[in-house]
Amino acid sequence: MSTQDQVREDVTIRFAGDSGDGMQLTGSLFTNTTALLGNDLRTLPEFPAEIRAPQGTVPGVSSFQLQFGSRQILTPGDECDALVVMNSAALKANLSLLKKGGTIIANTAGFDKKNLNLAKYPEGVNPLEDGSLDKYEVIEIDVTKLVKEALADMNLPYKDQERSKNMFVLGMLYWMYNRPMDSTIDFLNQKFGKKPEIAEANIKVLKAGYYYGETAEIFNSRVTVKQADLEPGTYRNITGNEALVLGLVAAARKSNLPLFLGTYPITPASDVLHGLAKHKKFGITTFQAEDEIAACASAIGASFGGSIGVTSSSGPGIALKGEAIGLAVMLELPLVVLNIQRAGPSTGMPTKTEQADLMQAVYGRNGESPLLVVAPKSPADCFEMAFEAVRISLEHMTPVIFLSDGYIANGSEPWKFPNSEDLKDIKVEFEGPRHSEEDGAFMPYKRDARLVRKWAIPGTQGIEHRVGGLEKEDVTGNVSYDPDNHQKMTDIRRDKRDLVAQNIPEQDIDQGNESGDILVLGWGGTYGAIRTVVHQLRKEGMDISHAHLRYINPFPKNMESLLKSFKKIIVPEINDGQLVRLIRSEFLIPAVPINKVKGRPFGVSELKQEILQLVEKQPA
Amino acid sequence: MAVETLIDKFVQLHEADLTNLPAYSSKDFASDQDVRWCPGCGDYTILKQVQNAMPELGIAKKDIVFISGIGCSSRFPYYMDTFGMHSIHGRAPAIATGLKTSRPDLTVWIITGDGDSLSIGANHFTQLLRRNVNVNLLLFNNEIYGLTKGQYSPASPKGLVTKSTPYGSIDNPFNPLALSLGADGSFVARAMDRDPKHLKEMILRSHKHKGTSMLEIYQNCIVFNDGAFELFTDKKTRPQEAIYLEHGQPMVFGKENDKGVRLNGLVPEVVELGDSFSKDDIWVHDEQDATKAHLLSRFFEHPPNGEGVQFPRPFGVLYAVDRPCYDEGVVEQVQHAKDTQGEADLDALLRGGETWQVK
Repeated sequence: MSTQDQVREDVTIRFAGDSGDGMQLTGSLFTNTTALLGNDLRTLPEFPAEIRAPQGTVPGVSSFQLQFGSRQILTPGDECDALVVMNSAALKANLSLLKKGGTIIANTAGFDKKNLNLAKYPEGVNPLEDGSLDKYEVIEIDVTKLVKEALADMNLPYKDQERSKNMFVLGMLYWMYNRPMDSTIDFLNQKFGKKPEIAEANIKVLKAGYYYGETAEIFNSRVTVKQADLEPGTYRNITGNEALVLGLVAAARKSNLPLFLGTYPITPASDVLHGLAKHKKFGITTFQAEDEIAACASAIGASFGGSIGVTSSSGPGIALKGEAIGLAVMLELPLVVLNIQRAGPSTGMPTKTEQADLMQAVYGRNGESPLLVVAPKSPADCFEMAFEAVRISLEHMTPVIFLSDGYIANGSEPWKFPNSEDLKDIKVEFEGPRHSEEDGAFMPYKRDARLVRKWAIPGTQGIEHRVGGLEKEDVTGNVSYDPDNHQKMTDIRRDKRDLVAQNIPEQDIDQGNESGDILVLGWGGTYGAIRTVVHQLRKEGMDISHAHLRYINPFPKNMESLLKSFKKIIVPEINDGQLVRLIRSEFLIPAVPINKVKGRPFGVSELKQEILQLVEKQPA
Repeated sequence: MAVETLIDKFVQLHEADLTNLPAYSSKDFASDQDVRWCPGCGDYTILKQVQNAMPELGIAKKDIVFISGIGCSSRFPYYMDTFGMHSIHGRAPAIATGLKTSRPDLTVWIITGDGDSLSIGANHFTQLLRRNVNVNLLLFNNEIYGLTKGQYSPASPKGLVTKSTPYGSIDNPFNPLALSLGADGSFVARAMDRDPKHLKEMILRSHKHKGTSMLEIYQNCIVFNDGAFELFTDKKTRPQEAIYLEHGQPMVFGKENDKGVRLNGLVPEVVELGDSFSKDDIWVHDEQDATKAHLLSRFFEHPPNGEGVQFPRPFGVLYAVDRPCYDEGVVEQVQHAKDTQGEADLDALLRGGETWQVK
């Protein structure tokens, strides 16, 4: 049998194994290598909420999906071309995601009697043997045995040998998809710098996998995916949470202010803490508080003192922060609240994605409590929107909620990173000192044309003043229960929020005409799927456009005219219909929803199907 | 280049200011707001003594911040002509932690009550003490909820009849000093509203201590719990019922200084001075002895479970030791990173590890 070289425009691979098998690392390493080759890509890591779910069982399966290509790639792919399964549970959990005729690479050591039992296959049934996989190309490899042989001349404990088996699979896939091993070898040398024998073993196994692919003649074809036609420039691969961290650091530098993160660990937001904690030399302080409330409160304390106060969490933690966020609204101090959403309600599904905290962000506080909401549309976009969240919060002296989600946070994509000099400076105005009575009395709640009060921080001579959560008297900031004053301050806080629309970009059309039959309006992580679907439908001749919201509260100032230029507005969301409700109530238009609440992002084909059905049912 | 932020400038400015302070009087610390507590409320004396103590701190007004939670006592910041924040229920310690950590140049005071700190804010209260953030906390204890009009508090004695406990409270009360010592507080002291001179002294001691200073102040709520501390505050009963602690001095009390507390091993005893015991037999107070501070903090129930020895209630500094402060540690780490990790190069950070070119 000879191997043929095949050139493909895109490939989707899914790595699946037990949560102890290192599938996330395998996937990330393959992604990095692929990014360095200049392919466009998107990833979807999926893992159990437990550190170690019962080994060998279906709930313990961890997987990582990646689509890469020489064309623009905007989603991790619907179905995969190749599925790597380290055991029978991984096959059971993921087979439905494999294309007909796709390749299964199965570690036969994970299909012994014990594993088959754990995966709950009926007694005596082995899917590798009963013909049920006939419509796929199945490559069976006893990875465990081959790893043992590769390491025969090294005196390594069994446990360490076993641990490197993911590298064998990775090596084999590198051969299969024509990828170099250099970057992974560098990584292993660095990671195991203090344990050179472990580094050596992993590299040996990686190479063994690669050469096994080359010599064993088990593959019908070797696949090449050429460099993507991306915009010229220098790129790196980045996940959403990494980009978010960099956006915050950049905003701190560009405003010349220290940044204080007060936070409490929660999935999938913890990486923001881990990331920022490393960057102390940029004048960043991270505080792991005793709870979510203290986390938010400490950030408010830091903001009062003149730092960029940031607090990060996921939905349940944001619920706890609610009262403190309300305080920040009343104090009119900057505060950036990062919500990396997960599936809810309550604890919900911590490792699964959802965009169902929009109502919480916009309305989830007591009283009339308007604040700002922004949302990134992709992993790399987290950089820009984090920067924007800080900018708007500082420029408008008000809390901003940044709504990301698990899909954006953990997923990755190539990022054409900016030069620091191309980033705009953030101008912050502090109240100046008053040295004598001629300077006049300081009025903490005096406002400018944008209704913004000045940041008056302790340590400034002559502007000693008191703030608090009780209603403020206009201008003086003294406590006031006056009915007319409360009405006035409520109006001011609302108008202050609405005026932010003057300081954010107008809503643009991502794809398609500025008016017409159908507008698909999205926000957050649905960007890639919507863009891909709209692209396909336009090619098929449909009059359809796509707009993607990144500024949600307030809406961009041209929203109403934009929406009214289309006959039908379709709003796909990973929730039960939240943006669609805002749009309907704000603009009194009969926007129609497409909703999915399964803890997973939209697939391209399912979304296309849904849109086509909607269009058929209700002709535009 | 190291990152120099606006806050760094404030820290430098603060140091320059210390040599050039105006001569303040206590009036300089009174704000233009009408003080609105019930007539006869113990809070007035505390406010007065804080205002009296402020000129003696040697700190510019602009560098002082009062942060409070919710409750009668928490209105306090409005009445001080310094920076201040009246925040949300129980969270003042967390807000103060964020402020002090990011602005070590400021002198931060927390004003709180027994409801605020020992129930809704008990977590933040204990974590503050554990971390030893360099702030001063004044815990106004009146053993009742005043602002919500008279429910029992976590400091109320068992059996107290209130609106929410018409048949008597069955909650075991917190002992604020024992709780503070249990949370590894580095400065734990007690004062009372009705002894203003001693109170002011304790406020100044709190300020002097580096680390979290926890000063419990017995404060009379004239409306909902009048006389709760009368045994200690009434000049007639005080000599019998209260003992003023002084570092290095024997623990003597009584009208004629005729009584003392003796340690029999680790068991405290109240003894009459005279034939059997002299001053030399009496326990000499040592602020730095944690074990003995714990014993003192347990002179709490009066008398314990209604039977056994009746101990005098200690006032003054039970415990004061030097221990690293959280905010100092944070500043040191940031400084160390700036000193050792080379230039804070944003472009290098944005670039990251591995990049590729698209032409």
